[in-house]
Amino acid sequence: MQYLNLILAGLFQAAVLFLVACGLQLIFGVQKIVNLACGSFYALGAFFAITVVSIVQQWQLPALLLIPVLVLAGLAIGLVGAPLELMLRPVYRRDPSYQLLLTFGLVLMFQDVFRFFWGAAPRSMDTALYGAYGTLEAQAVSIPIYNLLVILASIAIALILGLTLKRSRVGRIVRATAENRDMTEALGVNASRVFTLVFTVGCILGTVGGALIVPTSAASLTMAAELVVDAFAVVVIGGLGSMAGAVAGAVIVGLMRTVAVTFASEVEILSIYLVVVAVLLFRPKGLFGKEAV
Amino acid sequence: MSALPETLPASTPAARPLLLGGVGPLVILLVGLAVSPVLLSAYATVTLMPVIAYGIAVLGMNILFGYTGMLSFGHAMFLAIGAYCAAVATQHGILSFEWILLVASGVGASIALIVGALCVRFTHIFFGVLTLAIGMLLHSFLFKFYDLTGGDQGMRVLRPTLLGQTWDMSATQFLSGPFYYYCLVVYVVFVLVTYRMIKSPVGLHLQAIRDNENKARYLGVHVYRLRLGAFVLSGMLGSIGGAMLGVSTGLADPELAYWTQSGNLIFMLVLGGAGTFSGPGVGALIFVLLQDIAASETQYWRFLLGATLTVLVLALPDGLLGTLSKYRGPGKNPGAQP
Repeated sequence: MQYLNLILAGLFQAAVLFLVACGLQLIFGVQKIVNLACGSFYALGAFFAITVVSIVQQWQLPALLLIPVLVLAGLAIGLVGAPLELMLRPVYRRDPSYQLLLTFGLVLMFQDVFRFFWGAAPRSMDTALYGAYGTLEAQAVSIPIYNLLVILASIAIALILGLTLKRSRVGRIVRATAENRDMTEALGVNASRVFTLVFTVGCILGTVGGALIVPTSAASLTMAAELVVDAFAVVVIGGLGSMAGAVAGAVIVGLMRTVAVTFASEVEILSIYLVVVAVLLFRPKGLFGKEAV
Repeated sequence: MSALPETLPASTPAARPLLLGGVGPLVILLVGLAVSPVLLSAYATVTLMPVIAYGIAVLGMNILFGYTGMLSFGHAMFLAIGAYCAAVATQHGILSFEWILLVASGVGASIALIVGALCVRFTHIFFGVLTLAIGMLLHSFLFKFYDLTGGDQGMRVLRPTLLGQTWDMSATQFLSGPFYYYCLVVYVVFVLVTYRMIKSPVGLHLQAIRDNENKARYLGVHVYRLRLGAFVLSGMLGSIGGAMLGVSTGLADPELAYWTQSGNLIFMLVLGGAGTFSGPGVGALIFVLLQDIAASETQYWRFLLGATLTVLVLALPDGLLGTLSKYRGPGKNPGAQP
């Protein structure tokens, strides 16, 4: 069952990719801003998680607490989204091109922030921690339990987010603001606060994604720009602004990537973009998109 | 579209253009570039070479974004196409730079035609995301197909002949002398051509599309065809700039196609002022100088660039020239904003 292993590895990639893409979709859906800095938040989460874990390790906590610590680290550093959102406020009603540019400015600045605090060399975490979770072996299937837990955590986050948006009062307000900001403001909603909330949650999704990936792969300065490419592939395949699209896109890209890496590593990213181009040709609005803007 | 809030046009054309109908700053820049080999050291002149190459590429971006309102985040792919055309041509014995430019613009325009046919159906953000995706497609092709493209090593670009002449001199002398002037002349030619184009009915149609797509369509403007045309032209100019860059660095490498490189091109455009005729050249000059100076002072020059971009977008969205011309008060148009 070599294929099952492959699928599970792909789903792990998809789980992390989903978190970042989901943040991108959320911010686009409500604020109509395509956040090029989503990759930077992902990298920020990764770097910060390494620092937090190296501090926490000194307290001799059980290794199984790794995932909670990572998620908390991601949550904490994701709060930088709130002050950053203030910076975006002047451009909400301007041409979308300028919003893209502003987030590109953030990408440039973040890259040097990483270089300043964490240096230019790639940083990785003690692999013993990752190993502490062990591996699940059943017949020919062997999957690191850490990966399995991350997939489950990602599904849980997707469900919580989906239910919050669909069923709760806050979710209804967020969806109403996405639909028509002026009208919700007229009805007494503080739309600025909703925007801050949404942007912060979008950031947190990115930083948690970054924090969860870091036990399995090193954090480097190039990871931010690289992830943007994957995340954009996800949203184009799934449809810009759609949560279901983020799930479908992430699974497609995650699986394609692992399959391609295993069988033909030259075409790794190429294969993903061929899917993107095919989606564009036959279904320009994406699999779950409502309308191409 | 309907869910989006009303957006302001990329620039307000009512502001009175600076100096000689907005061409003045560019003329000063070109004269400055022309005399700099005489005034500056050969080394300093070589560092100005990218200004010309980027200047041509950003000239194309300005037609696409400044005048037509389409922001491409994958335009660096054309730089790479130009540079790789130069590499392949020189390695296969085609050393004449005239042929290299022809091949680069031909290949660039053909690829732009295909990519554009796919992408220009979309506008705004979707267009930006799609062009980014396709640019990265090219990047990963260049990066991964080691046998064809040299992978991350890139391909060497040999020294071309200019006007059938081989130049027997050091690289610095070649780049700061004959090659520099050759490229400058090409730049001037394209400045003149695009200037004519922007003032022509075609140019006005493009601006009409930028300001109000639907209205332009009702008035009989061929929106799709013109957008595609603008994309092809800007792709061609990008390839020509890329070929020059390739020769001046002697290398065509996949990083030229990376999406952050496209971001830099847009940065130059916005720095100078999108939709002003002189903006691209001035933006390219300031960007290259800023990058050179900042990179020699500190390893954190990207932060400086990012902060500059942020301030520009927030405070001076019309760029340096656009803002300057605004402060000179309203033009003849009575409805203009002060």
